[in-house]
This record gives sequence, structure tokens and C-alpha cells, in this order.
Amino acid sequence: MIRTDILIIGAGPVGLFTVFEAGLLKLHCHLIDSLPQPGGQCSEIYPKKPIYDIPGFPMILAGELVDNLMKQASPFKPGFTLGESAETIVEDGGGGYVVTTDKGTKHRAPVVVIAGGLGVFSPRKPPITELQDFEDKGVEYIVRDPEFYRDKKVVVSGGGDSALDWTYFLANGVAKEVTLVHRSQSFRAHPDSVQKVIDMAESGKIKLILDTDVVGLSGNGKLEQVYMKNKEGEETSLETDHWIPLFGLTPKLGPIAEWDLEIEKNAIKVDTVDYSTNRPGIYAIGDVNTYEGKLKLILCGFHEGTIMVQSAFKRIHPDKKNVLKYTTVQGIHGF
Amino acid sequence: MSKEEVHITVIDREGLSHEIDAPLGIGMNLMELCKAMELPVEGTCGGMALCASCQIYIESDHDLLSRNDAEQAMLDEAWHVENNSRLGCQIPISEALEGLVVRIAPE
Repeated sequence: MIRTDILIIGAGPVGLFTVFEAGLLKLHCHLIDSLPQPGGQCSEIYPKKPIYDIPGFPMILAGELVDNLMKQASPFKPGFTLGESAETIVEDGGGGYVVTTDKGTKHRAPVVVIAGGLGVFSPRKPPITELQDFEDKGVEYIVRDPEFYRDKKVVVSGGGDSALDWTYFLANGVAKEVTLVHRSQSFRAHPDSVQKVIDMAESGKIKLILDTDVVGLSGNGKLEQVYMKNKEGEETSLETDHWIPLFGLTPKLGPIAEWDLEIEKNAIKVDTVDYSTNRPGIYAIGDVNTYEGKLKLILCGFHEGTIMVQSAFKRIHPDKKNVLKYTTVQGIHGF
Repeated sequence: MSKEEVHITVIDREGLSHEIDAPLGIGMNLMELCKAMELPVEGTCGGMALCASCQIYIESDHDLLSRNDAEQAMLDEAWHVENNSRLGCQIPISEALEGLVVRIAPE
């Protein structure tokens, strides 16, 4: 059981900044995120996009903002449970909560803060009728362990960075045969990754099939063949052990919707006095909450987290007094 | 005096037509218009052509600016893409859209 003062669900920018603000009040934080890395949307969807409305930064790349927030939070030694999504919440009998992830990791804290943004990111699945029949029987949406593909025939689909990076990786001495299937002639991925994959195709290390979609699957109990269709409508097939469709991730509010919280338009209703929800000790900050006048902006989430930790402090230490101290006077005293 | 609104028809996934007078001059795009009208368009990435959750089909005969590279690349990885597919976030509301008819793509 992981124990902490404030359990933050969602390691996006708002969750990370909350670690800093909580740290100033000497409160420890632990973060849970379904993605394997911190940063939320900033890392997953647009790390190379410039943001212009972070106070004090005329322009900062989303990925750099996350790096800075991690650095800013580091004196307060946050704990992380990454690659797992918060699934259930139960009262612990002492006024706090126990939150369990989809992988069974348990966390206990007097205060739970939902900073879940748009929700849990899950893979975008192609609309193929037989898809479900082959999930985990040859079809995987995420490469968890490359060794799983050792000496296997693998087909990868997609035109973004993860599709190209995994194609490159698996074709370098891991899989027996790698084929990349993409609907177009151009790629969304970084130009360096594109060049690497084109070079590999030219040297025969991978097979590159362009202007083509995977449209069907077959096999006896496990995947054996993918069916493809090109822009001219010509159909072909390919024998394979695995198909890895990498078409990015899409967020869904997920299990949090079942936590008996007041939900309005897919967001959690909060009291703007302290961003508390209808359940005592559970707060919601950032894009996941809603209230009159709500703006889904990172900078508003920073404010919400800052106000929220004051209320969390009173809940965790009902007998202690807290006086606002400026960092310019006190500096930072990490844990 | 220049126009303040353009008339746009949005057909939702149930086939219902929504007649909308879209305001000009406030820098709105079709994704934002659909969201403002509470039509089921997600706009997950906020308008950066990075998610395809605002895919629509242009049903009327309007001569729109063609897809840019980012929009094309995203559509290359989306589903249910047709020749008239566009990302709503990449189409700014302008006078050229008067009478436009769009249909929201399946999820």
C-alpha cells in the first residue's frame, strides 16, 4: 500500500504543479497516470507545440513545460504510479480513501485530487469487424515488451512517431520480419524517423507498403493473416504473427465517471471556494472540472491547484495553522 | 456593411439537420462552432489538427481552401475518411461558407 498526503490522479501539468504547491505546505504527493510518462496531453499529443499563455514564458514548447514542472516539483520528491489507471475508490474508514489501479496497486491518502484532464488515454482502434477476436491473440495496440516480438513476423500500421519508431526498433535484430503499412505516401512522424524507415525499406530490412490500409484479419485462434486494400481498391494479404496498429491515443473519462461524483457535460462539478467535489476530501482541478465561468487553460489549472492545497492542508491538519509564505522570503525547503 | 453571420447546416450522426447562424469576425472555426452548439464533436486536441475527433464531410459544393500538410497527415490516420473529409478545426468561419452543409463523421 502506497501512502501519501495528497494522491493526485493525473500527472499532467496541473497535477505536477500541485506537487510544488503542496510541497510548500510540507504535504507529500503521489501521482497516478495511465500513460507511461508524466506530462499528460502535453507529452502525449503535442510535445513539440509552442504554448504562448504560460505567465512569464512568451513561448514554451509543451514538452519543455513538462520538463520544467518536473524540475520544479523534484525538491518535494513526488511518487509516481505510471502506466496504470485509477480504477476504484473506497473510503478507508478514517476519513480518507484507498484508490486501486487497474493493475491492483493500492494507494491510501486523506485527500484525493483528480487532475485527470480529458481522462484516461486509450488506443484508437481501427474499425475492423474481426478486431476484437484477435485482441491479445496477435493484435496489440501498445508495445509493452519488444522481446515479445523476438523472431516473429510483425505488421505495424500508422504514420506517426510511435509507428515509425517501433518499426525501426523491431526491425533492428528483434523481429524476424517487419512490414509497415500506411494509408498515404507521407508521414506525420518526425522527418528523421521517416528517413530512417525509408532507408531501411530501401536496404530491404523492412517491407514498406504505402497507400494501403489493413482492412481484415484472419486466423485460427490467433492471428495468422492480415488483409489489405490499396487506394486502387486492389486487395492483398500477408502472413503475420502480430499486427500492431499504432494510431495514437484518445482520452475517455473512464472509471472516474463511476465514483459517485457530480458530473456535468463529462466534467466534475466543483465548488470554486476550494475546488472540492460533492465527496468530502475529493477535489478536482484542471480540465477535468467544471464550474460557472470555467476556462480549460493550463494557467487556470495552476491557480486551482494552488487554492485547493490550502483546503487540503486544513483537512489533513485540522489543528494546525497555516500562514502564506512567499518563496522570495523562505526559498524552497525540499523533503 | 459587411455581414455579421453566415448560415451553416450541420447534420449530426443521427441525420438531424441543425441550422446555425455562425458569427463572423470572432475567429471561430467549424470545430468550435459545433462544440458551441453542443453537437457531438470532441475537438480533443483543441484545434491543432492532432486528433481527427472533429472530422466532418463537406456535403455542399463549396470551394474551400485545400487541406494543409498537418490536416492531410492526420486524415491519413483517421477512419471513415472520404474525399470530402475535413477537420473542422482547420476551417475558419468566413463569408465563403454561406450556405455550407457539413455532416459529422462517425466516431
